[in-house]
Amino acid sequence: MTDLDAGTSMEHVVDPHMADHPSPRKYVNVAIILAILTAIEVAASYITGLSETTLIVTLMLLALVKFAMVGLYFMHLKFDSRTFRRFFVTGIILALLVFGAVLWLFFALGGPAPGLGA
Amino acid sequence: MATHVETIPRRRGLLARPTAKTGLWGWMTTVDHKKIGIMYGATAIFFFLVGGLEALFIRLQLATPNGEVLSAEMYNQFFTMHGLTMIFLVVMPLGVALMNYFIPLMIGARDVAFPRLNAFSYWVFLVGGLFLYSSFFLGGAPDGGWFGYAPLSTSLPGNGMTFYSLGLQILGVASLAGAVNFIITIINMRAPGMTFFKMPVFIWMSLVTSFLLLFAMPVIAVALFQLMFDRAFDANFFNPALGGDPLLWQHLFWLFGHPEVYIMILPAMGIVSDILPTFARKPIFGYAAIVFAGAAIGIMGWGVWAHHMFAVGLGPVGNSVFAATTMFIAVPTGVKIFNWLGTLWGGDIRFKTPLLFAVGFVALFIIGGLSGVSHAIVPHDAQQTDTYYIVAHFHYVLFGGALFGLMGGFYYWWPKVFGHMLGEGLGKIHFWLFFIGMNLTFGPMHIVGLQGQPRRTYTYPEGMGWDFWNMMETVGAFTIALSMVVFLVNVVVSKAKNEEAGDDPWDARTLEWAMSSPPPEHNFDTIPVVRERDDFWDQKYGRTEEQPQPVIAGGADGHEEHTEHIHLPSPSYFPMLASFGMPIAAYGVIYFNEWSFAPLVIGGGILITLLSLMGWVLEPGTAEE
Amino acid sequence: MSTHEATVEHHTSTGLDNTKLAMWAFLGSECLFFGSLISTYLLYRNRVVTGPTPHEIYDIPFTSVSSFVLLMSSLTMVLALAAIQRGDHRGLRIWLLATAFLGLSFIGGQVYEFSTFVEEGLKLSTSTFGSSFFVLTGFHGAHVTVGILMLLALVGFSWAGRLEPASEGARKVELIGLYWHFVDIVWIVIFTVIYLVPTKG
Repeated sequence: MTDLDAGTSMEHVVDPHMADHPSPRKYVNVAIILAILTAIEVAASYITGLSETTLIVTLMLLALVKFAMVGLYFMHLKFDSRTFRRFFVTGIILALLVFGAVLWLFFALGGPAPGLGA
Repeated sequence: MATHVETIPRRRGLLARPTAKTGLWGWMTTVDHKKIGIMYGATAIFFFLVGGLEALFIRLQLATPNGEVLSAEMYNQFFTMHGLTMIFLVVMPLGVALMNYFIPLMIGARDVAFPRLNAFSYWVFLVGGLFLYSSFFLGGAPDGGWFGYAPLSTSLPGNGMTFYSLGLQILGVASLAGAVNFIITIINMRAPGMTFFKMPVFIWMSLVTSFLLLFAMPVIAVALFQLMFDRAFDANFFNPALGGDPLLWQHLFWLFGHPEVYIMILPAMGIVSDILPTFARKPIFGYAAIVFAGAAIGIMGWGVWAHHMFAVGLGPVGNSVFAATTMFIAVPTGVKIFNWLGTLWGGDIRFKTPLLFAVGFVALFIIGGLSGVSHAIVPHDAQQTDTYYIVAHFHYVLFGGALFGLMGGFYYWWPKVFGHMLGEGLGKIHFWLFFIGMNLTFGPMHIVGLQGQPRRTYTYPEGMGWDFWNMMETVGAFTIALSMVVFLVNVVVSKAKNEEAGDDPWDARTLEWAMSSPPPEHNFDTIPVVRERDDFWDQKYGRTEEQPQPVIAGGADGHEEHTEHIHLPSPSYFPMLASFGMPIAAYGVIYFNEWSFAPLVIGGGILITLLSLMGWVLEPGTAEE
Repeated sequence: MSTHEATVEHHTSTGLDNTKLAMWAFLGSECLFFGSLISTYLLYRNRVVTGPTPHEIYDIPFTSVSSFVLLMSSLTMVLALAAIQRGDHRGLRIWLLATAFLGLSFIGGQVYEFSTFVEEGLKLSTSTFGSSFFVLTGFHGAHVTVGILMLLALVGFSWAGRLEPASEGARKVELIGLYWHFVDIVWIVIFTVIYLVPTKG
């Protein structure tokens, strides 16, 4: 019996909530999707015809999906209490907001550092 | 459940798990939140005296124009260390001391969520503070200001600013660990029935403070690492020649620095919110409003940081945005002030020392807040910035605010912690000298600041018209020093007199007063079931039905049978040991270019910490008998 | 009730385990840590006065492979957790060692990449790009290394019978797993934002 099949055997269940975890097969599927998304990302970065904006948006979206899949499935946030998700999301949103503001202040308002060429 | 305990090998001899509950070794290996709170408090008061001495030297130097008490170089070290000490080694740990002692008691818990992590936080704080101060003896203390603006901080010669970057880094670990501990404790260890909206305001403010620490400390950690890499390893984060941007330092620093000021004030606000109701014999006015206002301050505090940067050239859009957010944050602060006034209004007020400090807090914080709002007006700030007007503002909010609140907390809770009252007579003298001294020192700074006296400058010339007020400020500083002598005398005299306090000397409202003074080691014989906000008050005066009162007082008689089944976390030396590795590694970085074996020292320090952590993880929280 | 926490041995106000809550709080905090490092990089990557630019020096195919390796290590990690959740200690150790091995391969790739860059003229001291690149990826690598040490410690604990009963052991493995997945998530962001998003010139 391979480990991949072991998830269906309930003989050694110690966790009463075992039935609610994704099976190992499901985890492998998630991993395959992650690998495919990564391949798409890398391929996209090589396509010469794409406008820069399209490329960046595509890359960001793909990264976001990968991020979410690891968080929701591997880190089990999809199945766990929402409290855990809140701790994590608070950190993420705060980081995005404050550092977004800092970079905006530098790039949109600040211009290049004095003394350097644009 | 007992099976896994048996597989743990016993440690023998030198490595045996400590069991001492008294004596020096007992204190060094304790994981009891009450003892740790006392250690935090005593250490913070010690550093307050040191930081105060630094202030006295500063004031002596500035009492007259062209002073010769301190050279320019020494002055820079003194004002830098004064700021670092008061912020990181006094106000923050004083807040943590009271949070440590009283959070478990007020929420009905036996200890914090992670007792060994708690001890670790204390030891890291202590070694971090000592490491920072060792700089005075090892070539000079940090001298680039507590805010360490780059590229000055990256290029100042000597080891001072490297001590700054590493010392604050170490202290940051203590703060982060403490924050995690308090968050989990408050969220997860409340007694049955203690819903969030039945928690005392002090607990709420501690929770918000801990979240601020959780998210702000990593930002300054990065800034300090970048500073360290620039100084020790030739990186270019702040090297202008290669495009390094001084504004990056300022943004990272103030992204931490602004939440930091709320970290310093919120615990004091929480303390005052619990003192005023006790001495007005009324519940806090507008509990929900004050809680939400505190949370709002915590959240909005993330949106104002660049108001420390109005003079750097962010441009009109940037400046305006931050001016607006800064003005908005005055709103929840104002709400709290009205709540405090509303609590006193119509109350049956007893003018004991804790109340004096709490009222002093409100009055002085209002003054500090008003000058703060004036900073939000960008053109006005352009005149105020880098002058003594700013120094006036932050001393009113931090000294008049945070320190008055914390001192009030000390007088309020001293009987609970030590079992005897602090003398009222000496306490009142302390308060009035503190109050007069504080206003005499920092009040005139508004004036000389607007007249142009620059801050962070070791002397000023004659003929500026600043002489009289500077002399007054120095007199004020010595008045504060005198008041602290009175406090120390009070501590000693009160201990000698040993006027027994009893469980509830103030006829107070919250759970910590429902047990003996000092509390038993296990806090509660039986974990209370909480029914109301201010449940203790309600038990004393509110309950009329015949239901059996929950047994919550910890006493010496008749409850022995309960204590046998209480498993308290056992002492451990791993937290202390783990803390030692950090300054060792830090010295390796300081002397990286001078010691050929420096990498070994760094590695050795890291190894000590890692091995201690391993031992800690392998050790059960509570030792088997 | 859709909560699926490991068995809580003592009562907590939320019913959630203290250490798991603490780990998530810590991970929330780490978002700010890496956010600061990434923002610094984004500010500085185009300020290249001397030395190679990102475009000139990055080896995308190589980094893609090491990114894939780290991604797969998250899979082996979650399979390790699944193993101990059904009481299979041998499976746990195999998958933990696989995770550690993949992690070590990633670190090996980083070491190779760093030394290649240094040879090609990009050091910590070369430029703001060099400083911010090495400190960002260096801290990420340090996090991976700490993770590997914890994984190996878990293997040792399992071997010594210290992860019994299995529900308790699963709780500990889950904690380390959360940390490991987070470190992987950070790399997902780094790989995209630092390596793939085009820079000027």
